[in-house]
Amino acid sequence: MNEAPALQIDWGGLAPMIIVFVAAFLGLLVEAVVPKGKRLVVQVSLAVAALAGSFAAVAVLLNDDTNTTAFSIEGVRLGSVVLDGPGLFLQGTIAVLSVIAILLLAERRTVKGGDFVAEAAVVADSAADKAQSREPGATEIFPLTLFAVGGMMMFVTAGDLLTMFVALEMLSLPLYLLCGLAKRRRLISQEAALKYFLLGAFASAFYVYGMAMLYGFAGTVDLAGINQAGISSDEPRMLLYIGVAMIAVAMLFKAAAVPFHMWTPDVYTGAPTPVTALMAGCVKVAAFGGLLRVFNVGLSSSAWDWHLILTVIAVATMIGGAIFAVTQRNIKRLLAYSSIANAGYLLVGVIALGDAVGSTMFYLAAYGFTVIAAFAVVSLVRDGDEEATHLARWAGLGKKSPGTAVVFTILMLALAGLPFTSGFSAKFSLFAAALQADELGLVIVGVVSSAILAFPYLRVVVLLWLNEPAPDAPTVNLPSPMAGTVVAAGVAATLILGFAPGFLLDIVDQASTFLGT
Amino acid sequence: MNELPLLSALVAVPLIGAVVVASIRREQAAAARWTALAFSGAVAVITALVAVGFDYGPDAPWLQFTESYTWIENWDLSLSWGIDGIALLLVALTAGLTPIAMLAAWRDLDAVKRSVPAFFALILALEAAMLATFLASNVLLFYFFFEAMLVPMYFLIGSYGTGPRRQYAAVKFFLYSLLGGLFMLVAVIALWVNNGGVFDWQTLVEAEPMADGSLQNWLFLGFFLAFAIKAPFFPFHTWLPDAGGAAPAAVAALLVGVMDKIGTFAILRYCIPLFPDATKTFAPWVIGMSVIGVLYAAFVAIGQTDLKRLVAYTSIAHFGFIGIGIFAFTQASATGAVLYMFNHGLATGLLFIVVGFLTFRRGSAQITDYGGAAKTLPLLAGIFLFAGLASLSLPGTAPFISEFLVLFGAFTDNEPVAVLATLGIILAAAYVLWMYQRTMQGDRNPALDEVPAMKRDLTVREKALVAPLVIAILGFGFFPQPLIDAVGPAVDNTLVFITGEPQTAPSDNVPAAEGVSNE
Repeated sequence: MNEAPALQIDWGGLAPMIIVFVAAFLGLLVEAVVPKGKRLVVQVSLAVAALAGSFAAVAVLLNDDTNTTAFSIEGVRLGSVVLDGPGLFLQGTIAVLSVIAILLLAERRTVKGGDFVAEAAVVADSAADKAQSREPGATEIFPLTLFAVGGMMMFVTAGDLLTMFVALEMLSLPLYLLCGLAKRRRLISQEAALKYFLLGAFASAFYVYGMAMLYGFAGTVDLAGINQAGISSDEPRMLLYIGVAMIAVAMLFKAAAVPFHMWTPDVYTGAPTPVTALMAGCVKVAAFGGLLRVFNVGLSSSAWDWHLILTVIAVATMIGGAIFAVTQRNIKRLLAYSSIANAGYLLVGVIALGDAVGSTMFYLAAYGFTVIAAFAVVSLVRDGDEEATHLARWAGLGKKSPGTAVVFTILMLALAGLPFTSGFSAKFSLFAAALQADELGLVIVGVVSSAILAFPYLRVVVLLWLNEPAPDAPTVNLPSPMAGTVVAAGVAATLILGFAPGFLLDIVDQASTFLGT
Repeated sequence: MNELPLLSALVAVPLIGAVVVASIRREQAAAARWTALAFSGAVAVITALVAVGFDYGPDAPWLQFTESYTWIENWDLSLSWGIDGIALLLVALTAGLTPIAMLAAWRDLDAVKRSVPAFFALILALEAAMLATFLASNVLLFYFFFEAMLVPMYFLIGSYGTGPRRQYAAVKFFLYSLLGGLFMLVAVIALWVNNGGVFDWQTLVEAEPMADGSLQNWLFLGFFLAFAIKAPFFPFHTWLPDAGGAAPAAVAALLVGVMDKIGTFAILRYCIPLFPDATKTFAPWVIGMSVIGVLYAAFVAIGQTDLKRLVAYTSIAHFGFIGIGIFAFTQASATGAVLYMFNHGLATGLLFIVVGFLTFRRGSAQITDYGGAAKTLPLLAGIFLFAGLASLSLPGTAPFISEFLVLFGAFTDNEPVAVLATLGIILAAAYVLWMYQRTMQGDRNPALDEVPAMKRDLTVREKALVAPLVIAILGFGFFPQPLIDAVGPAVDNTLVFITGEPQTAPSDNVPAAEGVSNE
């Protein structure tokens, strides 16, 4: 028998993910050995340090212009983990955004003990629940988040469908759990978790079926191989169609595109707000990172086959998200529908293929900062212990807490895409790339959708500044350094990317070529 | 030439002023007012320096006082400023009208619990954005300020406006403008994609005109829609009566007097030189819209019951005249249109301010709440009549010259249009005089005697702030030549793109014409 050829592993290239996963396991150990009172500090420092280290590793790799795969056998690259420009850039984006999201998870001053409970299933107000609420609050959320983040980082670098599936499950399972751990409005939270889990499980099933079809068509799960097969395979093309459709359903579900968006408003509303921020910011990056890779690397040769249907979905997502946002009365639902509409704009970037990869990544980064900061503000406006998510309760906030209102106004204007904010920079470069790819129709739909969407944003601004506050208007809790940092970082990024986006545009320009295309 | 970066200063000074005033504490209203006035005064002084240093000769380059600082290289976005005769007039109008509007609103906020520093800071921010749009010589830079100015105006209308419909008006204004702006954005991006990533206005104008006719048409429509909403031209006008009716009178003066001119200014600055063929293609349609606008808005104005809405409708009629003047493409009519922008700013600005005096005293803008008011307010009534007559273009007032030039130029181009538009003058006489008669003359409304303020004629502050406007309207009415000379070269430079040959300016100043002749 021949000796199996040695597998060469690029440990340096895997470092960003390894750091995060090791930290996640350490976090589990912390739960076991560190006394309850000290866990929060240890967990948060561990998580932040790990993500910072991971980001540093990404920066080094990106700077070295690493363009390789993590695994190879005798010089032949294996596609399972691909360390190319887009993959690394998105890993870096996920690392930065999740640091911010973790700080928001760690917020303890606005509500004593935080927004999370360890055992959400305990009946509210029972003796056991009261005992639980006297404890310092759940810290399992940090290792869980790290696992999810590691999964996202793997998702955006996965070069074959199988690795991608493992990553998809790895990022999803902790999120299902996190959604259900809310301390307040527990039933809604658990409903959200269940809904997300069930629909997510369906999506995963679709994914696996789709993968099987594509394997049948191409004889490989490697994306580059599937692309090659799109030109040369003799298998019935129907296998390709079904496979692409099913994979697309699963990924568009994660990306919250119409008509696979149904879970989004409920889950965004029901989940604890810091988790919502994590989903709207980081998971969106991961989902679109995966979509970009699948369509650019794996399916660009069959673009004619999916172009029309994806265009229809993009149009439905842009218009549907915007129109549904108009009627919302709950700030979290409003932001959820706005995130759906934004998924539509991002889909335009996916459809435009190669030209638009860089600007789609720029959009993801810019949007992530803004939306996390917006949810951070939402988590600060409270009626007593509970978040005041109904829009009517926000009336006149500008009079009672002008600072918060100014910040939220900037974020709303950024989401509406006004100049001097990151929203404009992102829309400008995305639409420019789409026009370069001759997608004029989609750009016009995008513009119309932006105009519709401006109305709900503007209504929030009207409420903040032009309405009189109710006598029992909610209070804005002074944020602790944690949430304060989140809001400050988000707004700073929103403005910096609005006034001086040049540096990031240069980075995404350089990092916009997928390996294998 | 002048070494000082005067144009940068024109944008920076009010912007810094806005930040300074905004940081003043709410209780120190007086300090905020005076600081804001000082900053807007400084802008007026800088404008005077620019006007003195400006080269009015026919051999001068199109844009003067040019400056350029790279900002975002990836998009060819730079802080490029430059001024021509048309922009000079509008900059002067902005710089002059802003301090007057501030003085007019001096005491408006005493009765309501609103932040005075925020109000004046917003006005300064608005001034900065408006000046920047006149001075920008980079298409994307123009777009930035074109959109950004919506924010201060939105808050000025929505937060400081009057009447129950102010929020509705503010939102309608914002969304209408934003929609137009977004279509313009598509055109801006398409322009950028198609010319290989150039936004510099000078470079674009000097380049060969776009060969692809249908692309040019679409781009023109994208730009024009935004400008037609801004101006506003019929049928994109419906936001203006709401916004003008709800805004505080001083803000309405700035809205109609200056901000709306950005639309017509931008047509001259961007649509004509960048898309000359498309401009010619669509000219008949625009002229048709303008004529309908002149007549329709005048009829609707006659039927208004609210003073501010009435004045807003008169402005829509006036913008019809400006549209006719620009798109008739004769030197006389285009010069007239430019002067119209300036003179309309003076006359309608004054009219809004006087209406503001009235409504502040009476606490209502409904015409039926007045009647015979001239008995106790003779001076105010006099100024009101003067402003009204100026806005109907009575000979001897500045607007007469511009209206005459527009109609004269239009007559040589298209007689029926000129004849129809002339009907607008008659209608203007009807709505102005009837408005005056119903509010100031006739039987005295007994309710007026119960309002003590209605017995206080113009105060010193009010006299001081209307005086410059009255003087300017009369002065430019009798001596319009300096204005005509100032805008002449710029108008010629612009019209070359349509007529294809320089009318007065030598060809070396007209790069595009050179490009054509080299072919």
